[in-house]
Amino acid sequence: MSTIEQEQMAGATKRRRWTRAILPTYSWLVIAYLVFPIIVMIVYSFNKVVGGMQLVSFTWNGFTTQWYREWSNVPGLTQAFWLSIRLALVATVISTVLGTLLAIALVRYRPPQFRGKMLFEQTIFLNIAAPEIVMGASLLGLFVTLNIARGFFTLVLAHVMFSVTYVTVTVRARLAGFDRSLEEAAYDLGARPLVTFGRVTLPLIMPGVLAGALMAFALSIDDFITSNFLSGAAAPFPVWVYGATRVGIPPQVFVFGTAIFAVGIAFAIMSIVMSRRHAE
Amino acid sequence: MEQLVPADHPGGVVVHRRRHRFGRALAPYLLSLPAGLWLLLLFVVPLAVMLSLSLKTCDPATGACTMTWHWAEFPNEISLYHQEFITSLLFAGGATLADLVISFPIAYWIAFHGRHRKNFFLLMLLVPFFVSFVIRTIVWEFVLSNNGVFLTTLKNLHVLPSGFHILGTSWAVMAGLAYNYLPFTALPIYVAIERIDRRVLEAAYDLYATRRQGFMRVIFPLTIPGIFAAFLLTFIPMFGDYVNQEILGGTSNTMIGTVIQNQFLVNFDYAGGASLSAILLVIALLGIFLYARLLGTRTIEQYL
Repeated sequence: MSTIEQEQMAGATKRRRWTRAILPTYSWLVIAYLVFPIIVMIVYSFNKVVGGMQLVSFTWNGFTTQWYREWSNVPGLTQAFWLSIRLALVATVISTVLGTLLAIALVRYRPPQFRGKMLFEQTIFLNIAAPEIVMGASLLGLFVTLNIARGFFTLVLAHVMFSVTYVTVTVRARLAGFDRSLEEAAYDLGARPLVTFGRVTLPLIMPGVLAGALMAFALSIDDFITSNFLSGAAAPFPVWVYGATRVGIPPQVFVFGTAIFAVGIAFAIMSIVMSRRHAE
Repeated sequence: MEQLVPADHPGGVVVHRRRHRFGRALAPYLLSLPAGLWLLLLFVVPLAVMLSLSLKTCDPATGACTMTWHWAEFPNEISLYHQEFITSLLFAGGATLADLVISFPIAYWIAFHGRHRKNFFLLMLLVPFFVSFVIRTIVWEFVLSNNGVFLTTLKNLHVLPSGFHILGTSWAVMAGLAYNYLPFTALPIYVAIERIDRRVLEAAYDLYATRRQGFMRVIFPLTIPGIFAAFLLTFIPMFGDYVNQEILGGTSNTMIGTVIQNQFLVNFDYAGGASLSAILLVIALLGIFLYARLLGTRTIEQYL
């Protein structure tokens, strides 16, 4: 065996060790790091509390399902949670409709027919890239200047503002491979534009629209920075929890956290399974 | 299509067709009008209001603001709060760098060796997003706290000196930032590596490139746009973040986000808060414009 071949063999085993052992070990460590705090949250949602105040403690006091049975015992928290759900539903419906319409306009029309398209592109980019604290602060400035009281209404306005561009981008990505001849076939068969949209276009782009809606819902339910500027008396879930960090966190916060996590993961796995089935 | 309609065609049909054509010309504007109005009134106009507000003088007692073209507000605010800007820059810069270093190998591994489990690994990368941002940060406070299970155990095992603490330090803030924004970094880099045409890499090997050369001269240069997108999507939100600092940091390492929030919600100094936000926006815009010039505004979409 020549020395060159020996060197190549050595190189190959070194490479194999790198890709077979070091990289996978490293990657699993990163995954463990990402999952670790979530496991801590779930475990501590079963932690007993000692002492008079029903607040989470750093020490492990034993296993209990008390906080799951008494999940609604903290009135402010339960209210904040339902407010977040209502807010996310309303913001999702509005931003999904508006964002989908904008995506269709951007995919189908170019400057001679659609002047100002570039302006939309730039606004969408700026909206996605701009720091959230600036958007929240500037909205508060607007509402203060116009003397608009803060509450559910201003929260909806803000949440649609920051999620509509994500919906547009998500839907547009799925619209790229859309076969327009299917619509032309419907027109040739005498369908009116609205009928064609409802019977042909919408069912075909539905997976993209649903992905956009999920994105909008996730953005809305987890938003803290903008909501903190605009909530006034109506504090959504993250704002309420943040406020509680100053006085102490009731264990039910971890119960809600665990529940939101479980539902989110279920949706994610469902969409992966559905897209795999779709691909087959 | 035009010539199919004869000149002497009954008028009603002509009107119908004209209205149809008119509707078609309006279609892009009608479709984009609702979202456009929403973004104009609640994204563009507020930014303009904020800029004008930063030039006004507000009465802290009544909250009434009058336009005084007070340009001196900007240098004033900078001299008052330059320390907080520098702290934010350092924390966001350090944590972004850490995220880039942490995520590149795992993104590379998933893209090249993930095989049929790619979706599972991507879901694992995204898993922090399924827990509320504020709760995630609270759990880190939990983990890092002095009397928490983890530091106590490590101290009992004499792995750490008994006086060791991390909560309240700049390291805790950067660790929290790095954890919370890691998916924003890892996903764009993954997308960039995944999009590399494998045939280009094979061509390099056919031309006797070594593994190292293949990586340094093919893979890495092709991922640079993704790294830039990752930087933009991670650094800018971190720069304005104050939740990590407020929960994990101490009193001496305040970030600019806390100041802006307090100006608006505690001190009711709207002019001061608005000028600080304007300065923050200008810093962010530097990165945003650079990205748009080099890579174009559309490219950000593939990395989301």
